[in-house]
Amino acid sequence: MTGPETALTKEMHDAWLPILQLASQEVFELMLASKLEVAASGLQDSGLDLTAMVGLSGQICGVLTIRCSSKSAEVMACRMLGVDPEAAKEAMCDAAGEVCNMVAGNFKNKISGLGDGCMLSVPTVITGGDYSVHPQASDPALRALMTFESAPVVLSLEIHS
Amino acid sequence: MDPIRILIVDDSSVMRKIVERSLRQAGLEISQVLEAANGAEALASVSENKVDLILSDINMPVMDGLEFVKQLAGVANAKGVPVVMITTEGSEGHVVQALSAGARGYIRKPFTPDQVKAHVLPVLAAKV
Repeated sequence: MTGPETALTKEMHDAWLPILQLASQEVFELMLASKLEVAASGLQDSGLDLTAMVGLSGQICGVLTIRCSSKSAEVMACRMLGVDPEAAKEAMCDAAGEVCNMVAGNFKNKISGLGDGCMLSVPTVITGGDYSVHPQASDPALRALMTFESAPVVLSLEIHS
Repeated sequence: MDPIRILIVDDSSVMRKIVERSLRQAGLEISQVLEAANGAEALASVSENKVDLILSDINMPVMDGLEFVKQLAGVANAKGVPVVMITTEGSEGHVVQALSAGARGYIRKPFTPDQVKAHVLPVLAAKV
């Protein structure tokens, strides 16, 4: 990593995608005792009504988002807390936000020079699907389509260069 | 080891529960669990309650974990109480900052119960 801020180049995109996938898979394995798998191409990602986001600032400035269904977020809370789905319902936003936070931290810690040079915000969670995102990023996002218990989970890293 | 009183500081209630469960899985006997959602709440809590161990996140609203550890030194009730950071900020620089501020251990999220055990037990043993 060089320079105060970094744009997402094609080389970085190709190198960082598997790191983002691995970072998220480790979080699901260690904290949820669950598998997060890279989705087969063609998987539909409609109906994702929960978005967790964590901001990054410093050497890279941007936003990491995780989109999934409310049902998936409930299952995440269920796995994290070891309680039944009904009891986990009220914790779904907290759980999804914390998962996003850990994926962002794990991702940046895997990239040389980024750990110290990039700070994370506290997570924000949006519920509902009727909204539009207008990113300021000039580069295409790093996007990983994954599946959690057969349901789609979309990770996206927008870099504002 | 006698049952201990712990304070868990994290803005995520889910994470506070996971940390508590990990400590119990590590074999710690816990007599009381106090929770705080940020450093300011944690300072208020230790001013009023005796605890044996504090586990704190770093990135939190209102007052972050590093500022909390610095200010903890001025709380009479908390003299000698070890603080272990549990955080996503896992870089060498953050570890050095936390240890310089007064933390006695550092656990990176995501973590396993075994990692919690490996970091917390020596800290408690050194306190006795």
